[in-house]
Amino acid sequence: MKTRGASFFLQLAFTLIVCAFLIVPVLLSMLAGLTENYLVGIGSGLTLKWVANVWDNYRDTMFLSLGLAVACLACTLVIGVPAAYVLAKRQNMFTRAVEELLVMPVAVPGLATALALIVTYGALRGFRTSWTFILVGHVLFTLPFMVRSVLAVMSAIDLKTLEEGAASLGAGFRQRFFHIVLPNCRSGIVAGSLMVLTLSVGEFNMTWLLHTPLNKTLPVGLADAYASLRLEIGSAYTLVFFIMIVPLLLAMQAIATPRKPRPVRREDETP
Amino acid sequence: MSQTSDAREKPLSIVLEKCAKTFADGTRALEPVDLAINGGETIVFLGPSGCGKTTTLRIIAGLEQPDAGGRVLFDGEDVTNLAIEKRNVGMVFQSYALFPNMTVAGNIGYGLRIKGWSKADLAKRVTEMLALMRIERLADRAIDQLSGGQRQRVALARALAVRPRALLLDEPLTALDARLREDLRVEIDDLLRSLNITTIYVTHDQAEAMALGDRIVVMQQGRVAQIGTPRDIYQQPANAFVAEFVGTMNKLSGRVEGGIFVTAGGRMPWPEAPAGATRVMFRPEDVSIAVSDGHLNGTIASLFFLGDRVRLFVDVGDAQPIVIEASNRRKLSRGDRIGLSVDPRSFVAIDH
Amino acid sequence: MRRDTSLLFLLMLPAAAFFTAFFLLPVVHLALVGASGKDGAAAYSAIVTDANYLRALIATLGISAATTFLTLVISGFAGVFLQRNVFPGRSALVAMLTLPLAFPGVVVGFMVIILAGRQGLIGTISQALTGEKVVFAYSMAGLLMGYVYFSIPRTILTVMATAEKLDPKLEEAARSLGASTLRVVLDVILPGLKPAFISAGAICFATAMGAFGTAFTLATRIDVLPMVIYTEFTLQANIAVAAALSLVLGLVTWAALAVARTAAGSTVAAAG
Repeated sequence: MKTRGASFFLQLAFTLIVCAFLIVPVLLSMLAGLTENYLVGIGSGLTLKWVANVWDNYRDTMFLSLGLAVACLACTLVIGVPAAYVLAKRQNMFTRAVEELLVMPVAVPGLATALALIVTYGALRGFRTSWTFILVGHVLFTLPFMVRSVLAVMSAIDLKTLEEGAASLGAGFRQRFFHIVLPNCRSGIVAGSLMVLTLSVGEFNMTWLLHTPLNKTLPVGLADAYASLRLEIGSAYTLVFFIMIVPLLLAMQAIATPRKPRPVRREDETP
Repeated sequence: MSQTSDAREKPLSIVLEKCAKTFADGTRALEPVDLAINGGETIVFLGPSGCGKTTTLRIIAGLEQPDAGGRVLFDGEDVTNLAIEKRNVGMVFQSYALFPNMTVAGNIGYGLRIKGWSKADLAKRVTEMLALMRIERLADRAIDQLSGGQRQRVALARALAVRPRALLLDEPLTALDARLREDLRVEIDDLLRSLNITTIYVTHDQAEAMALGDRIVVMQQGRVAQIGTPRDIYQQPANAFVAEFVGTMNKLSGRVEGGIFVTAGGRMPWPEAPAGATRVMFRPEDVSIAVSDGHLNGTIASLFFLGDRVRLFVDVGDAQPIVIEASNRRKLSRGDRIGLSVDPRSFVAIDH
Repeated sequence: MRRDTSLLFLLMLPAAAFFTAFFLLPVVHLALVGASGKDGAAAYSAIVTDANYLRALIATLGISAATTFLTLVISGFAGVFLQRNVFPGRSALVAMLTLPLAFPGVVVGFMVIILAGRQGLIGTISQALTGEKVVFAYSMAGLLMGYVYFSIPRTILTVMATAEKLDPKLEEAARSLGASTLRVVLDVILPGLKPAFISAGAICFATAMGAFGTAFTLATRIDVLPMVIYTEFTLQANIAVAAALSLVLGLVTWAALAVARTAAGSTVAAAG
């Protein structure tokens, strides 16, 4: 092993500083949520009263966010996976345009999408005030992530030949889809699902305009708390958010280990 | 039909009528082809890449539809509009197309599962197929734990498990290395003889085609160049393309003068020469080295020791040297002048 | 297989219907609303004719460009370093650097407050050292800090993924030809990372353009375009102007991504 020069340690120090920049505020805010009085410092004693306070006042936001995330996942699975399949099977001008369009709600600021939804459907009172109005925004925003994640896996495996193999053995379309297509892009579906859940739980840009006072999601509640309550409560609330989202993130990191697609030699005779 | 024995009725005959294929982008992959494949025979589609052999196979399989006017008949019944899943043909793909989400046994049993076989019958048939291909110990392996040769065997077992009416193989050995390819070729040949199943085999390897085919269909640029037994194709090639694609062919240019073919390297007797022939072709094995002067005389341009024999490239004053093979006992070296004689019965006259 | 075409159409239908009903139609409607205010279609040019809007647009473009630049420099160094060196604790470091990946803008804003707010770490330290309390969370600098915080994790991931694919033989070949370390970096490593920089940079830029949560949390004295739109919509109830401004903002952002995608030759998606 080669000895490490000054350059290595300089770069390491730099990376550690970047890491500190990201992690120190996370740790401090967690600490603040458990401290009696943050201004005085940790000497004032540790307490769970801020967390309890958040639980009493904001627990609805957590349940709404979780429910929304699960509903959003269901929607993106039902409409996104078939769409990804179509995009993988047919590559022409039309499907490329669809792919491009699907990403627009991510490229266009959430504020604009939310405004568009409000000016178009805001008059439908029952819809405007229900949680499904927020759900629509979340599905728009997360759908491309599901589609892309599944599409990436579908493009990496030789889906066409696998399906032809199944068809030659007598499998009809439905059987091919459920026996061959879905199981073989499970990794993409899992990755996409985690992404959708995480993004939905954290979505704020659209939700802030789409929500009503009776339908506050966790990030909306967070924004409220940051704006109007003492730092300890905001911190305790953030702590609860971390507890919800970190398992999702860890799961995402765990499955993000690089996959090496097996090379398959193939003489393509037909264009 | 019994579900466990391989006894079956008369093997399937396949007829293609005016099957052409034009792809959506306008590429013409296949000119109209007429072809009759007899029940139980092994027919090989041979040709370079892009010649239309795979397209023809896919039309027979039902993976492509021929252009309007073309028809595919199975035992006289029109199946042109029947989807592949209804045709009951076993197919082996170049990349094998084994399902990574299933074990070896799962792959082999998949077609039976689709047909709704009972668990017990299915297990029995899978065991049978594993034994036939001698891969019993791989039954519970995942696909990505198999070597290329093992995958090949699983793919064959999977295609045969459903008792297909015909077996279609698309370059099944291309992805394997040379030694393995040879072994499996022998195995496949034995298997096909014992099964008596109509088989269509696509390859670009002429040695494979010669070894396996009852008949060979040589294809070139979307057309059938020649159909015949391996012997026909080798000894009486229909045109220069077939002559040069199958085996090694020497060619010399010159002119005929009273039963003698006159070329730069000498004068070769050719009693049956067609009038006005300007070119003659012959195989390396029909050339012998003369003791003294031969009909043809030339200089050894290069030579390669092949172990059991020596391959010589002899410059006889024509554009290209001719290729011959000699016993390894002979002491020959580059630059030697040698005399050659060629059996005139082996001459092929093709003018282009 | 030919019969599949109608089936594929059916499979695409739910996504297409949902997307048309809830995105395409609303956006078209929004465009019409934007032109329905008292100034009509002139609302769309207000972004350059009205001094306040123009200032907000320039500020937004400026902060987005600065975010992109800072993030790429920081993540470029850290990402390449992490990909090319193996040392104890490396994977833990990578895990920590990518942990904030899915923090929403509001939470990022709060992180900035924790660091540089009135009760923040930087203020406390500076007071102890110099007697003067440094607080910049509620200014453009704080916003910039938040955007960089937001963008570092995903950019580091992109850089690392690309650096992994760089062929070490290229570098060895350059060294064998006598290239110095600096030359290797300039001639081999940076060109190899260019696609990652373009795609990650485009995402940084696009998210900074449209981000709202961070600015909302930091609140005071910040006039970036998303905040202006929000103010027009909620406080002034000036829906037409809000619609026009948000469409222009969307268009600029989308164009930035499209240009980057063309330049990088691969697909680029924004996030956040």
